[in-house]
Amino acid sequence: MIGVVDYGLGNLHSVLKALAHHGAAAELVATPAAVAGCSRLILPGVGAFADGMRGLRERGLDEALVAFAASGRPLAGICLGAQLLATTGEEFGTHVGLGIIPGRVVRIPAEAVKVPHVGWNRLVAPVGRSWSGTPLVGTVAGTWAYFVHSYHVVPDDPQDVLAVTSHGPHTITAAVGRGAITGFQFHPEKSGQAGLAMLRLFLGESL
Amino acid sequence: MLMKRVIVCLDVRNGQVTKGVKFQGNVDLGDPVDYARRYYQQGADELVFYDITASAEGRTLFVEVVRRVAAAIFIPFAVGGGIRSVDHMRAVLTAGAEKVSLNSPAVREPDLLTAGARAFGCQCVVLGLDAKRVPASAAIPSGYEVVIEGGRTPTGKDAVAWAKEAEARGAGEICLNAIDTDGVRQGYELTITRMIADAVRIPVIASGGGGKPEHLTAAVTTGGADAALVASMVHYGDYTVAAIKAEMAAAGVPVRL
Repeated sequence: MIGVVDYGLGNLHSVLKALAHHGAAAELVATPAAVAGCSRLILPGVGAFADGMRGLRERGLDEALVAFAASGRPLAGICLGAQLLATTGEEFGTHVGLGIIPGRVVRIPAEAVKVPHVGWNRLVAPVGRSWSGTPLVGTVAGTWAYFVHSYHVVPDDPQDVLAVTSHGPHTITAAVGRGAITGFQFHPEKSGQAGLAMLRLFLGESL
Repeated sequence: MLMKRVIVCLDVRNGQVTKGVKFQGNVDLGDPVDYARRYYQQGADELVFYDITASAEGRTLFVEVVRRVAAAIFIPFAVGGGIRSVDHMRAVLTAGAEKVSLNSPAVREPDLLTAGARAFGCQCVVLGLDAKRVPASAAIPSGYEVVIEGGRTPTGKDAVAWAKEAEARGAGEICLNAIDTDGVRQGYELTITRMIADAVRIPVIASGGGGKPEHLTAAVTTGGADAALVASMVHYGDYTVAAIKAEMAAAGVPVRL
């Protein structure tokens, strides 16, 4: 079963609709047992880092997600969901994250640009990083994706950066990835046909 | 580099897309979902739906429209019109909208911006700002006054000062609608657009007056806007979104094609 984690935050509807567009029967999961029973899991979310972690913890979902990730099953975070995969978040104070992809969530530098970073921007692979075996495999470098965020993930290991985008003089993490774990900082469910293709690949389907 | 966005605005009344001129008189155009799908396929970067229904039944109908639109398109969309509480914001966001646009209620109750930003994040909260040209005065140094209730009621607030205040209160974007140029398709009001774009650090959407692709190009270059809103010029079939963006690209504007 494909699960979409419901922890009291986020645009669950959009993700479900995008999955339904592929005929994927995704269900909302809100308990550790339901998470454990999934074959693939999406962690969506908009809002502040601390609120997100509180929502997960109150439902015992933090440990369930860590265990799910450790099992090697595919897990995708979207926007705040991608940020929660990191070790710490620095939005309104420093907060502990899931630690599934070691790294920090930091504010986008404001020099010479507007923050939040809102709108369509291009996805590029960091030098030496391949998208093979990831949900981005069918994506052409330079494809546009829709972003809405003020913070981004800076992984401890640069190899965990799957895609970047440029905002003025700054390079922003657009996606993180390690094994079966993917964190989309942008919204694939709101990035038109290109985003839908990424979700389809995450679901294990071919393009 | 962020692309300049072309946003299509749809006014919805009793569940139907409608279009008025200078807030006077409306013509119903058709089903919002059909319009949403058409503009999605044409390459619109975003849509915004304004509920201009007066009745309670119409409002319930509007949430249903939001839900149906969310199932049909895979780009972001905002909704506005008559949103007066955090609960109401939650209803439309849960139905699938990305953002809510607050206009008159934000002027009457500025804490609504803060409450919305706290509950859903700044990125969810768009300030809709209707500005009207007036003689510059001590109270309104920019020469543009904030007006509410569809332009009928002056507020005594300076448009630039209100934009800055709204940003400080948690608005994540400003949709600036120039009342004087709205619906007449002679170009956006570049002066106030530039003043507000320079005064705030959040994205500014130019609205009111788009009639030709070069008007959008001017809004995002001379006007300094991050996005431009179109309505009449696409609803009546004069232009497709794709044609507008192609002309903007040819003029050197970075757009998603």
